[in-house]
Amino acid sequence: MIDINSTIKVSIRALKVNKMRSFLTMLGIIIGVSAVITMLAVGLGAKQRITQQIENIGSNLIIILPGSMTVGGVRTGYGGASTLSIGDAQAIVKDCPAVLRDAPMLSGSEQLVYRNQNWSTNVQGTTSSYFKIREWTLAEGRGFTQQDMQGATNVCILGQTVATNLFGSTDPTGKTITIKNIPFLIIGVLISKGQSLMGQDQDDVAFVPLSTGQQKLFGTTFPGMVRNIMVQAKNSTDINFAQQQIEALLRQRHHLLPKQNDDFFIRNLTEILTAVQQSSSIMTLLLAAIASISLIVGGIGIMNIMLVSVTERTREIGIRMAVGAKTPDIRLQFLIEAVLLSLIGSIIGIIIGSIGSKIVSVIAGWPTIISFYSIIIALGFSVFVGVFFGYYPAYKASLLDPIEALRYE
Amino acid sequence: MPLIKVVDIRKIYKMDGSLEINALNGVSAAIEKGEFVAIMGPSGSGKSTFMHILGCLDIPTSGQYFLDGENVSELKKNQLADIRNKKIGFVFQGFNLLSRTSAIENVELPMFYAKISIKERREKALQALKTVGLENRVNNYPNQLSGGQQQRVAIARALVNNAPIIMADEPTGNLDTKSSHELMELFVKLNNEIGLTIILVTHESDIAGYSKRIIRFLDGLIINDEKTK
Ligand SMILES: Nc1ncnc2c1ncn2[C@@H]1O[C@H](COP(=O)(O)OP(=O)(O)OP(=O)(O)O)[C@@H](O)[C@H]1O
Ligand SMILES: [Mg+2]
Repeated sequence: MIDINSTIKVSIRALKVNKMRSFLTMLGIIIGVSAVITMLAVGLGAKQRITQQIENIGSNLIIILPGSMTVGGVRTGYGGASTLSIGDAQAIVKDCPAVLRDAPMLSGSEQLVYRNQNWSTNVQGTTSSYFKIREWTLAEGRGFTQQDMQGATNVCILGQTVATNLFGSTDPTGKTITIKNIPFLIIGVLISKGQSLMGQDQDDVAFVPLSTGQQKLFGTTFPGMVRNIMVQAKNSTDINFAQQQIEALLRQRHHLLPKQNDDFFIRNLTEILTAVQQSSSIMTLLLAAIASISLIVGGIGIMNIMLVSVTERTREIGIRMAVGAKTPDIRLQFLIEAVLLSLIGSIIGIIIGSIGSKIVSVIAGWPTIISFYSIIIALGFSVFVGVFFGYYPAYKASLLDPIEALRYE
Repeated sequence: MPLIKVVDIRKIYKMDGSLEINALNGVSAAIEKGEFVAIMGPSGSGKSTFMHILGCLDIPTSGQYFLDGENVSELKKNQLADIRNKKIGFVFQGFNLLSRTSAIENVELPMFYAKISIKERREKALQALKTVGLENRVNNYPNQLSGGQQQRVAIARALVNNAPIIMADEPTGNLDTKSSHELMELFVKLNNEIGLTIILVTHESDIAGYSKRIIRFLDGLIINDEKTK
């Protein structure tokens, strides 16, 4: 076997002879690799964040909204009509086999007051199923009991943001706040969920039992009607069945004729988020692909300089051949030189790309992840570029005729 | 069996158009092991062409070349490289050392391609430099050495791999008279002490005077071949 160490040493020496030229040759690879590393880091960060949010809202989630309503020719948006009832919610769990559980929801914006502190937030009336659906656990205290639901007791559970704004660092459980001048006992505080995909603070919320909300807070003209219904399908493959079953059931319950449109909307939240996740993955790949074009441009730069180098060193090649270098020896030497150029370039690129990703995450406030794989991909790709674009010049060098090469001026 | 035997060697260079140059017109000769041969002749008579073919740097258009009994004219490019590496040390008029490479590394080069270990390369290269009297110029670069010293490095490189033959094409062509004679004494010493077979091309009869046999070329043919010692 040829002495690889010595061959590498010879190549490094050759690269050192023209330091500036070697650096400029690497520049294409440096830019390409740092761009690929940064793009992948930003993309992976985005993907991780979306994945977290998907886990955050709960799995296999379907939301049912009332249909729109036309009042004097003006159509309201989703939820404008009051077509969903508590009865619907109860019927859905009972009659739709693909549904695991559901939770009817009422909500309104209310001012919460504790002594001299007050905070305006979104108050939601719901059942204890809601917390199971959202996989949302309590940081302190207890959840709603059967008794709370049936008796419409004045109890509430706070989100983290509300708790901090009203109580600072003290434990709110057991304290009493007022909503619309009605005293409510705080029985629990939820763990933090953070921002939603749309950037809303999911912890800026307070919950009361559905019955309490109905009877005491959100006096409605249509008793028994709810804002929306959250549904959890049994598992991800059941989501479509669940949707079909719910649609059929609600059409029947709402006495809709076959040619009438649905008076409700069914939205598959998980599906929406998964679509967002997929499009972000595609975006990442696309950006990385664009960035990798500069790697190819860098490779062409290497090929160009290697061709120049082979011509310049024709005499050296002749001398080496005269003392016994064979075709593969010469080829290997120039190939190693090309690979070294791209490898060193890509190591510098990885360092710059990592620093670049950190800067992006600081400036854009977006998490970036430099994965082991993206580094391996960058290194592997640059070695490939080095071999691919270095092969032709190396091959050309190895084909030289010793006596012609020695005569070269 | 002679060390070198050539039979009816011809070399024709094809130029653009139909112009052909007959550099060698059927050369036959035999050289025994341990001989010291000088090749002389006017410019353009085919001396260098002949040396390149003997040194396996070039191949003849026709004719046969037996080196150590092996028919070299049938070998492939990489096999010829092997022959150059193991059996022939070439010394050029223009030195042909690698620049930016120290004397000792230049001398190590043939052993590098012979896949000899670094340690052994160092030892043998040092030994060869000692033989040519350059033991205190080991780490100098070619541009830090005089012409005579550079040619000695080239000789050290030629003999380091224990090649039995040294071929030199006008080795004193770029040297002054004093260095030329020192170099020739070195060749004589190598021929006498180690028994190296030496073939050299020269224009000068006093240089040729160091040899034991003179072959004269004219127009691609040997016109005279005589033992002088
Ligand atoms: N590569 C080549 N292409 C074409 N013709 C060549 C080539 N090399 C040599 N010749 C021709 O072959 C002939 C012999 O050349 P060669 O170099 O062998 O002469 P020489 O005896 O070494 O001369 P000198 O003493 O000047 O070195 C010359 O006519 C030369 O022009
Ligand atoms: Mg000549």
